[in-house]
Amino acid sequence: MEFCATWTCPGPDGPIHEHAAAFDRGRERRVLIVPALFEEQNRTRRLLVETMRRLDAAGLDSFLPDLPGCNESPQDFAHQSLHAWRRAMADATAQFAATQVLAVRGGALVFPAHLPGHVLEPVKGASLLRHLLRARVISGREAGEQLTIEGLLDQGREHGLILAGYRFNPAMIAGLEGALPAHEGQRTILLSELGGGAALWTRAEPGEDAAQAAALARIVAA
Amino acid sequence: MSALASDDTDDRLRAILRDVLGLNADTVASFDADTALFGAIPELDSMAVAGLLTEIEDRFGIVIDDDDIDGEVLETYGNLLAFTAARLG
Repeated sequence: MEFCATWTCPGPDGPIHEHAAAFDRGRERRVLIVPALFEEQNRTRRLLVETMRRLDAAGLDSFLPDLPGCNESPQDFAHQSLHAWRRAMADATAQFAATQVLAVRGGALVFPAHLPGHVLEPVKGASLLRHLLRARVISGREAGEQLTIEGLLDQGREHGLILAGYRFNPAMIAGLEGALPAHEGQRTILLSELGGGAALWTRAEPGEDAAQAAALARIVAA
Repeated sequence: MSALASDDTDDRLRAILRDVLGLNADTVASFDADTALFGAIPELDSMAVAGLLTEIEDRFGIVIDDDDIDGEVLETYGNLLAFTAARLG
């Protein structure tokens, strides 16, 4: 069994090969995991890969694709938008023949909403954006710059903005400002259902939590 | 610390620091009013400060105006506790 898989999605100059972590034994139940966005993606990766191991043991295949422009993706983050990510996740769904979905946090803004499944602690795009802007204001203040969230937002809407090391283009900023989690029939999983640990996506450094991964896999596999 | 805030606020703020910064319970329990935070704890960069403020808002049900955040608030644990307690009214 391969632990990584590739899939293709449209790039600026034709189809691009993207990576996914994968546990694929050709089984009936196949879970597409849509990761959290931006720095939350890194912080939750170990949780999700451990969840995939548990799903594998429970008899489910699972796939964790990179969002274009993130992680191992060969694409440029500066050219991405929520719309492009939605299209990419739809492509991944079709190519991996996913039968259910687990969207994590901001992943609920770009996941294939027609699949049954779960969303873990979905978050509004505006909340993610505000968090990134706030961090930028604080780091600016440390450097003696007088920044405001509104001022940065105006700049971002017009010219784009670098936040947490990511180059957000105006389309990404606009997309985040209005995006709401799009879950319909999917069940929302709350952090409190995962055994009481702290949220790994708010933690300053990436961490892991085996008990949370086990609880998450149990809910997804049920 | 009781002069600055109720024990409950103190406990909840320590729990937030533990959860957001991934610090162990003993380290956070040893904080006193003069324990230096920003600049002294490597985990506490600007992104972590933003995370800390968002978590304080969520768990205490308050809204923090970013204009109120200056270097002093994050300088020591005592300052952060007093800042939080003041917003609880």
